[in-house]
Amino acid sequence: MPDGQSLDITITVNGEARTVVVDTRTTLLDALRDRLHLSGTKKGCGLGQCGACTVLLDGRRIVSCLTFAVMAEGKAVTTIEGLAQDGSLHPLQAAFVEHDAFQCGYCTPGQIMSAAGLLSEGRNGTDDEIRDLMSGNICRCGAYTNILAAIRDVLPRESGR
Amino acid sequence: MNPFRYRTAADPDAAIGAALGGATFIAGGTDLIQLMQEGIAAPDLLMDINGIGYSGVASDLDGIRIGALTRLAEVADDPTVRARFPLVREAIESTASGQVRNMATVGGNLLQKTRCLYFRDRAAPCNKRAPGTGCSAFEGQNRINAVLGASAHCIATHPSDLAVALVAADAEVILRGPAGERTVLLESFYRLPEDRPDIETVLEPGELIVGVWLPIAAAARRSRYVKVRDRASFEWALASCAAAIATDGGEVLEARLAVGGVATKPWRLARSEAALVGRPFGPGAIREAAALAAEGAEPRGRNAYKVPLLVATVERTLMELRGAG
Repeated sequence: MPDGQSLDITITVNGEARTVVVDTRTTLLDALRDRLHLSGTKKGCGLGQCGACTVLLDGRRIVSCLTFAVMAEGKAVTTIEGLAQDGSLHPLQAAFVEHDAFQCGYCTPGQIMSAAGLLSEGRNGTDDEIRDLMSGNICRCGAYTNILAAIRDVLPRESGR
Repeated sequence: MNPFRYRTAADPDAAIGAALGGATFIAGGTDLIQLMQEGIAAPDLLMDINGIGYSGVASDLDGIRIGALTRLAEVADDPTVRARFPLVREAIESTASGQVRNMATVGGNLLQKTRCLYFRDRAAPCNKRAPGTGCSAFEGQNRINAVLGASAHCIATHPSDLAVALVAADAEVILRGPAGERTVLLESFYRLPEDRPDIETVLEPGELIVGVWLPIAAAARRSRYVKVRDRASFEWALASCAAAIATDGGEVLEARLAVGGVATKPWRLARSEAALVGRPFGPGAIREAAALAAEGAEPRGRNAYKVPLLVATVERTLMELRGAG
């Protein structure tokens, strides 16, 4: 390949430094799935419209399909695989199970990571405000009612920003 | 996607030098990567400018300076923005999704490309994407297209919410190029399409947006951004209105109005503003100002509904501001 199209990058993924060689065209999403074999992050539209690929980048939620892996050099990524600690589900994961907040499950990792972003960014609000904050995550099965109930269980009740 | 080289700029001058050599800037990437995925943009060299500074909101006595690389979410969360420029916060919070607002930068938002169906369809003629090929929207699927500021060559709307709020707030963009910095009123930064819809702004080769200056104004404290769209969230505007009003004893001292979703650039409503100033801030003046918003509108068929929608959106925004007095 011509110079500059393939680069060595190091990203901290779920607390562990990982070095991979990627083509400049590789999105962060494809690097996570195809190079690091973390297939929990899902590929939906590839254009930032569905939210299935949501991960945390330095603690803030992003869509991993709209950033190139080379742009994440030196940053910390948290994926759905990094939420459970010591064999225990993250409270959001447990709440999604408890509330049956999914049907097919394809959007679920993105939904949970998006809600994890609300927690880490200190965002909260009324039910309507949470619906709006979660509008970047589409659920084609239409499990929104239970998704909201699960998130509501975990987000503190006091109002955030 | 075409193969490309990727570099990171260590400082603004390195970025500007690379752009003079043909590099394309990338910051948040949320619009550019969509365009690259769909083959609409095919840069040879991407220059990542995320490391050159110009991030954050700095308050001064007479205004605030927003770095061009500040993420939209950071701007909306800023305490000074929230207290003094409600219209800016509301415009950002109605933009895209929470994920995209954490990625997208202010500079990139101001330069994002239109959502016109034909601009984003490589198979269709489009004067903005491929000059001289014709405008497919003129007689085509133009439900989302512009009724103001259009030409026979292009009827694409400008998609930014933030730009509409900033134009209403008399914002200036700070540009840095090979010859140093200059400042341009944001309203004048955007060009009308006329016969060159591919040239959207007054940016010169190598020039980079490095910031936005928002002058503190009494009116901006009492301000609103109302966005009307096909669904309640995560959708572009069909019509939107940014309004800021200062009153004294019920009489309008100062009025600033701009609309989005209906025009080829963020559209300031000078005549509507003049219809409000010096009169009681009541339904009579508000209806008159709203009606003037559609002056000169030229619908193209499927977008004809936007003319009454625009009038109603301006009226609703002003009535809500009146109620919030």
